[in-house]
Amino acid sequence: MALNSWGRLPSLPAAQEIPWRQRDDALPELPIPLLAFGNGRSYGDSCLNSDGALLLTRGTDRFISFDAAPTTRGNPTPATPATHPTPAHTQVTATDGDSAYLRCEAGVLLADIIEVFLPRGWFLPVTPGTRFVTVGGAIANDVHGKNHHRAGSFGAHVRSFELLRSDGSRRVCSRHENADWFAATIGGLGLTGLITWAEIELRRVDSDGLTVENTRFHGLDEFFALNGEAEAAYEYAVAWIDCLAKTPRGIFMAADHAPAGSRARTPGKAKRAPFTPPLSPVNTASLSLFNQAYYHRPLPSRGLTHLLPFFYPLDGILDWNRLYGRRGFYQYQCVVPRAARAAIDEMLHAIAASGQGSLLAVLKTFGHDASPGMLSFPMEGTTLALDFPDQGEATQALFGRLDAIVASAGGRLYPAKDARMPAYLFRQGYPQFDAFGRFVDPRFSSNFWRRISA
Amino acid sequence: MQNILIIGATSAIAEASARRFAARGDALFLVARDPVRLEHIGADLRLRGAARVATFVMDATDSAAHPAMLDAAEQALGGIDVALIAHGTLPDQKACEASVELTLATLAVNGTSVIALATLIGARFEARKTGVLAVIGSVAGDRGRASNYVYGTAKGMVDIFMQGLRHRLSKSGAQALLIKPGFVDTPMTSSFKKGALWAQPDTIARGIVAAIEARRDVVYLPGFWRWIMLIIRHIPERIFQRTSL
Repeated sequence: MALNSWGRLPSLPAAQEIPWRQRDDALPELPIPLLAFGNGRSYGDSCLNSDGALLLTRGTDRFISFDAAPTTRGNPTPATPATHPTPAHTQVTATDGDSAYLRCEAGVLLADIIEVFLPRGWFLPVTPGTRFVTVGGAIANDVHGKNHHRAGSFGAHVRSFELLRSDGSRRVCSRHENADWFAATIGGLGLTGLITWAEIELRRVDSDGLTVENTRFHGLDEFFALNGEAEAAYEYAVAWIDCLAKTPRGIFMAADHAPAGSRARTPGKAKRAPFTPPLSPVNTASLSLFNQAYYHRPLPSRGLTHLLPFFYPLDGILDWNRLYGRRGFYQYQCVVPRAARAAIDEMLHAIAASGQGSLLAVLKTFGHDASPGMLSFPMEGTTLALDFPDQGEATQALFGRLDAIVASAGGRLYPAKDARMPAYLFRQGYPQFDAFGRFVDPRFSSNFWRRISA
Repeated sequence: MQNILIIGATSAIAEASARRFAARGDALFLVARDPVRLEHIGADLRLRGAARVATFVMDATDSAAHPAMLDAAEQALGGIDVALIAHGTLPDQKACEASVELTLATLAVNGTSVIALATLIGARFEARKTGVLAVIGSVAGDRGRASNYVYGTAKGMVDIFMQGLRHRLSKSGAQALLIKPGFVDTPMTSSFKKGALWAQPDTIARGIVAAIEARRDVVYLPGFWRWIMLIIRHIPERIFQRTSL
């Protein structure tokens, strides 16, 4: 079966699949373009390479070293040029500082890091909404989390990585060494070469629990008011919205890591979607019902929860993407500048009017930390993420309307979630597009890149 | 905590098993040919929680090196509780048919080198009246088939040897376990088309760890292979010859 991306849109022509298991190996010599394929959680075509080859990087999933040198929060030790190899440190003691550096191969999943290091009191400084992504993929898409207003994007916590190019060269890249390659590769969609290993920061947590505060809101003004307060007071802040309601309404969630001694209930074993329904059960009627029930469900205003279900609500249902049926689905995630609140309102109205919408519509604001990558998605402003089952022309027409709103607001779309944005929108949204071109490895490419740069 | 010797430690199944041992805090002695891969895997296992990891570079077919390796393992670990023999190669059957040399080399890597190691380890475990020797065989060793009978011969030889060793060790309290994986998605099988019968190395590793804990004699992994091979072993020869297995 040919590899597909998370959106499961009808398969593009298959790529040749090449297992990649040793970080010191040379790249295969092939006459077709290469692309790293991690865990396939990009939604669209940025992780696909029809008629090319995919290097299956999950085979490189070894930890390399862990360094818990004492540091002070907010005042990290100056990065030293990376040396290779580094001796492994395994002892974690109570005297360790607030952050540590983990070096690992690029195919390690964030889930692997959590499994091994959370019991020792370490967590990811930034995590996306699924833990089933590779470290290489998290860097290549410069993923973000619910704490962007505090911590910036994932790339802000990458100390260094090695970039293997098709000419055989290996560059250790950091803010101090090969800084231009560092900036091009973070958010660089795998186009600058292959990330073989990376060194990322981990942060101390005192427990595996979170104290969460939930608030229902009605209307965007209420959202922005709640969000303004929460950003000052909480590390994590995000809202679920019912995008089918006439006036946008939703649940605002704010959270902090719980103090030592908090005992949250460990989540149960993940369930699996048993089969792919021929027709999507996600339609206007079922969505409307779901959203009403979700909005009105009994909700404790404040509580302690295990961090896994908070950060990864959908990881509890493996293969949830199959619930959208055989036609697959699109995700649409945009960010518009902070001042452009009206654009969010306009988009929500356009979506409600279209009757198309999603189970998990997410609204959040990004803070002012500049992202480290040339093509990083996060910028200061408001981000809206929705999924849409593919309903053909109606869906495409809605995307056209949303694109126009994003473009005129000076916003941009997230390539990791995209399978259809027009080239003009990408180029306009990512002003460093032209400068990025010279960092693209001549033997690397992707469907996304061919679509956007054509 | 147990002290575990793994021979062929860079194989995908061995590495997946070692991660499970490391996660529960065992001490590991890893043996393989490639020093760089061995070091990468060793560093990984330390971070995953192994109490201690030591490595030893050895070609498994170099039987003269076996006693020194075992001495080093016993010294580094302070006694071996579990030995897992996991090295092997899967040659191209057609190439074997055309080359006596390759056929004999295949028997050496997958058959006689395993028997040499099992002989030494079995004797040490017997003398100490404790220890679990786990050897990775294969469903291919259950019946000779046109598509891979040279590999199958080596694995079948190991099967008979392990039966005898188990019989002998049963008087001593030591255990001889033969693991028979079916199709596993590893670098050794990367050129094969994968179907529904294929398993991931970690699935096999989980079964290996459980079989060692339960002191089993023979396990098929995943377990459904026991029934597939029961049927395959019992197909009459005349009918079997008309199949293309």
